[in-house]
Amino acid sequence: MAFRIRTGYEGDLSLFKTKQSVISYGALLLALVVAPFLLGSYFLSQIVFVLIYTIVGIGLVLLSGYAGQTSIGHAAFLAIGAYTAANAAKFGVPIYIYLPAAGLLTGLVGWLVGLPALRLHGIYLAIATFAFALIVEEILARWETVTNGNEGMMVKPAAVFGERLGEWGLYYLCIAVTIFVIVIAVNVIRSPTGRAFLALRDSETAARSMGVDSARYKTFAFALSAGMTGLAGVLYAHKLSFISPEMFTLALSIEFVMIIIIGGIASLRGAALGAIFMIMVDPVLVLIKDKLPGLIGAVTGSAMVQDKASVLLAAPGVKSLIFGLIIIFFIIYEPMGLDGRWMKVKTWFKLFPFYKPATFRRQKMYLKSERGR
Amino acid sequence: MTYFALDDVSIQFGGLKAVDGVSFEVAKGEIFTIIGPNGAGKTTLFNLISRLYNVTSGRIIFKDEEITQLSAQQIAGRGIARTFQNIELFDNASVLQNLLVGRHRHSTTRFWEDLFFLPKVQREEVTHRHAVEEVMEFLRLQRYRDTLIAGLPYGVRKVVEVGRALSIGPEVLLLDEPSSGLNVEETSRMAEWILEINRRLGITILMVEHDMSLVSRVSDRVLALNYGRIMAAGTAQEVQSNPDVVAAYLGA
Repeated sequence: MAFRIRTGYEGDLSLFKTKQSVISYGALLLALVVAPFLLGSYFLSQIVFVLIYTIVGIGLVLLSGYAGQTSIGHAAFLAIGAYTAANAAKFGVPIYIYLPAAGLLTGLVGWLVGLPALRLHGIYLAIATFAFALIVEEILARWETVTNGNEGMMVKPAAVFGERLGEWGLYYLCIAVTIFVIVIAVNVIRSPTGRAFLALRDSETAARSMGVDSARYKTFAFALSAGMTGLAGVLYAHKLSFISPEMFTLALSIEFVMIIIIGGIASLRGAALGAIFMIMVDPVLVLIKDKLPGLIGAVTGSAMVQDKASVLLAAPGVKSLIFGLIIIFFIIYEPMGLDGRWMKVKTWFKLFPFYKPATFRRQKMYLKSERGR
Repeated sequence: MTYFALDDVSIQFGGLKAVDGVSFEVAKGEIFTIIGPNGAGKTTLFNLISRLYNVTSGRIIFKDEEITQLSAQQIAGRGIARTFQNIELFDNASVLQNLLVGRHRHSTTRFWEDLFFLPKVQREEVTHRHAVEEVMEFLRLQRYRDTLIAGLPYGVRKVVEVGRALSIGPEVLLLDEPSSGLNVEETSRMAEWILEINRRLGITILMVEHDMSLVSRVSDRVLALNYGRIMAAGTAQEVQSNPDVVAAYLGA
């Protein structure tokens, strides 16, 4: 077991808390940097999607996990970022200009969406953001001069100084943007702004009595989260190289919310783990669908059972069913998400052989302020 | 100069006058206690002072400035801190974070400075931390520094709330039932802290309290409310022996 010896308050504020974390995050970065040399283009593009989802996930972790505001309209922010990129690229604007510009524009829109959040809470706010997403979807379909309507539009490849950004270029760009977003998120969390967020989340009354301007910080949380999602939108547009309104529907927004539910709602690491899960669950389920009947057949030794199993698994909706079961499983057995599981495993190794399950057992709560959890 | 005063303050919820024409003055450095049966309007009065409610009529004055129209967050900026009767801590944050939120009014950094965690933010954070550590030492909270509020016993939470209010660096502290839910020992420790906050830190204290032994031990002056009206005012002794107060409590 390693103990951290504190010698000053600055240590608690540093980006990396321990030497080990510098080493392990450095190793992760190195692995990501060399990945294109080792992996095929399929895995490379999966990693790009994971990075894009991670960025959105981090935006949502700040908004929902830290500031306590719900949103099921994040697909709209992604769309705004994506269409900004598509239009800017059409007119030959270099990416180093429209990437930050898309972030700022989406942030501004997020700020506007945050205004109703001042009066709405919980489910009502969720519906308001949903309505916003519907409006954006409708605008995308109707504003044909800019968005080319339902036909969708091709996105010109990103260019830097006249050089086209190829598959690898986009990959490295995604890594850079993800790191940028993570650093911003960590900065917010360790600064007064992040504390204001969690104060608003846990008790708005007390936060205001402590001098926290609730209106300012709520709208700021929305702007920040939307801005991050806008950056992800730019990358998303370039990754897909074709965008159309039906890509940015409620289903996508819900997928984003699932990232943080599965990953762990108030954890940046959870956003990354949740993103990996959301991206990899599809190929893995397909794999299961293909291989499971064969396996069942081999175990039972009867061709009829194998046939029945493959028919059953090929039925429409089976994938959604399995997916739904996984979500329910998470909510019941691991409310802290993949990040919670990660911490438990880590603690197990740290304390070996003295780990007790009770360490993470949730307390029974009796106080009024704790009911309804 | 008026230090802190309520001038004919009333609030009406529909047909109910929860606070009805209450006026009093508190001198700097005083411990001023408000007592009264349940539903007398004590907490409502506190909510009016901390601007969570809007007054229907009347004025609240702090250091010759009318604070009746300020927003709740501006009240903290003026140096008026409060605790809550039912504990309104930030449950999913550590004790340290809770106390640091109290320092919010002292942070001068802007959003974008926070986003990039400029050296200025770091410097300020260290200053905040020093201030908060002092409060923790004063209330002996160090051992709970990194514990989440959700994992703390009730008695400790009460102390953390006082600590969070102290972190604001207040001139006036509003304590809403500081001893409710505490056992005899904890109550007596709370009484000592209240006296020490008043004497050593020179903070003026307004308090709502039911425990009469605590009230008479610490209060300079006591005000009794009933049905939103002032029933009696004076020293703890005087108020306790006032026939109206006795009647209100015992229902005689």
